[in-house]
Amino acid sequence: MDNFYRDNILDHYKNPRNFGRLKKPDVSYSEENVTCGDKIGMEVKFRIQNSEFKIIEDVRFWGEGCAVSMASSSLLTQKVKGMDVLKVKNLGKEDILKLLGIELTPTRLKCALLPLEVLQKALQGK
Amino acid sequence: MFDLKKVKKDFPIFDRLINGKRIVYLDSTASTLKPRKVISALNDYYTRYSVNIFRGLYTLSEEATAEYEKARQKIARFIGCGNPKEVIFVRNATEGVNLVAQAWGEINIGKGEEIVSTVMEHHANIVPWQELVKKKGAVLKFVDFDNEGYLDLNDLEKKINRKTKLFAVTYMSNVLGTINPVSRIIKTVRRINPQAKILIDAAQAVPHLKVDVDNLGCDFLVFSGHKMLGPTGIGVVWGKYELLDGMFPYQFGGDMIKEVYLDKTVYKEPPHKFEAGTPHIAGAIGLGAAVDYLFELGMDNVRLHEIKLTEYGLRSLKGIDGLTVYGPQKAQERGGVLAFNLKKVHPHDAAQVLNEDNVCIRSGHHCAMPVHTKLHIPASCRASLYIYNTEEDIDQLVLSLQKAVKIFT
Ligand SMILES: Cc1ncc(COP(=O)(O)O)c(C=O)c1O
Repeated sequence: MDNFYRDNILDHYKNPRNFGRLKKPDVSYSEENVTCGDKIGMEVKFRIQNSEFKIIEDVRFWGEGCAVSMASSSLLTQKVKGMDVLKVKNLGKEDILKLLGIELTPTRLKCALLPLEVLQKALQGK
Repeated sequence: MFDLKKVKKDFPIFDRLINGKRIVYLDSTASTLKPRKVISALNDYYTRYSVNIFRGLYTLSEEATAEYEKARQKIARFIGCGNPKEVIFVRNATEGVNLVAQAWGEINIGKGEEIVSTVMEHHANIVPWQELVKKKGAVLKFVDFDNEGYLDLNDLEKKINRKTKLFAVTYMSNVLGTINPVSRIIKTVRRINPQAKILIDAAQAVPHLKVDVDNLGCDFLVFSGHKMLGPTGIGVVWGKYELLDGMFPYQFGGDMIKEVYLDKTVYKEPPHKFEAGTPHIAGAIGLGAAVDYLFELGMDNVRLHEIKLTEYGLRSLKGIDGLTVYGPQKAQERGGVLAFNLKKVHPHDAAQVLNEDNVCIRSGHHCAMPVHTKLHIPASCRASLYIYNTEEDIDQLVLSLQKAVKIFT
């Protein structure tokens, strides 16, 4: 625990990547983690590659929250840019933990997983 | 005043070190720690007479029944109630409010009638009323609080009227720390509408202040055992006897009946009418022991200690750059609940950094979302004080918070 706020997490918290809004998103969704008051929104623009692949061309997140949820959002948006939507839908807890590189208690896990939940809900039906 | 060092020794949890560091417990508003006296009472029940009550005529059952009822008497005396039949055991304050909402509300709230609560309530004193008015086609209104965290007494006069059937208010806010002037509030409500019933959520009052229901003049009062040194799973509804007597039972089954025929049942009188099924016998006995412990310390001393410590806490926290403490700034008018925010650190991150030093605080909305909405903040940190806390605890809190500020700037 002592090294919880690693430089990587602090860096993404203080200088979040892909933070903001898209001009004309194809999908957007936001959700609150009411127990801690975190709020995260995700906006996505697609590129249709061919009949099989839909690629995430661009993605932005907005909102406010703790270092864990913000860093997780920032790292996640970096990871999914250019990825196939189907693959993003299959991302899970382990992928997020790998991105963050820390161990989390169940309470903090919710903060870490909120961005992925929001993104996957944004992608529902796509 | 009591001897702080001695009090601390009464709590075996403080013998424990986590990662070699002592525990700085600052979350008593959520749940307090338990003194040896309470743990022994529980242990005693489970080892010496762990049987059911009201059912056997053998010695063990008579003993258990006597201890259970003795706990009721102690608790009655502790809250200034002359008639122990007015003390009903429930699981917690939340169940207490639900009991009143169902057993009283079901038969007393009608279409278009009004229930009034306040914006500073814990969810436990909001949600049961929301459900009740939905079902009955009644109206729910809220009295606001002002920028300093005091209940707006002008707004109270506006919200209470002839249609008000019930006013439900907290004695002390679990976020702002505000101690509401309940005697005055009750007089105001009675003046405008003498028929309106008044429920006091005393979950944060009974553990910290001398509460005297016979003089207060309310109709119902609820609180939880686990917030006053007692076990979890036990709480109390106090209600005026005539009211309880006229109420519907809360749940149905064994222990609450006098006679059962296949086509009808005669219920017991209060309080047993509201205690269906085997209750939390050990819990009640444990709460009785907690009350003994607090009585020995003296509630005036408890309050004095908390005022002193709250003053110290307010002063110390203000020394931290970018820190805002919510609620009244005068220790005399508030309890030892210090909710605050740091400009650059999210409450979750602050709590996480503090955890590295075993400083236990709460972060989030503390089951009072409307309070946070009104303050325009998503969440807050909350450090709360009780009889075992010392100035050293606050010093450690400040040190750890400064560490958090350093990490995030
Ligand atoms: C003012 C207030 N009311 C009600 C409650 C609910 O208590 P419990 O969770 O024990 O039912 C609490 C506890 O958090 C409280 O602080």
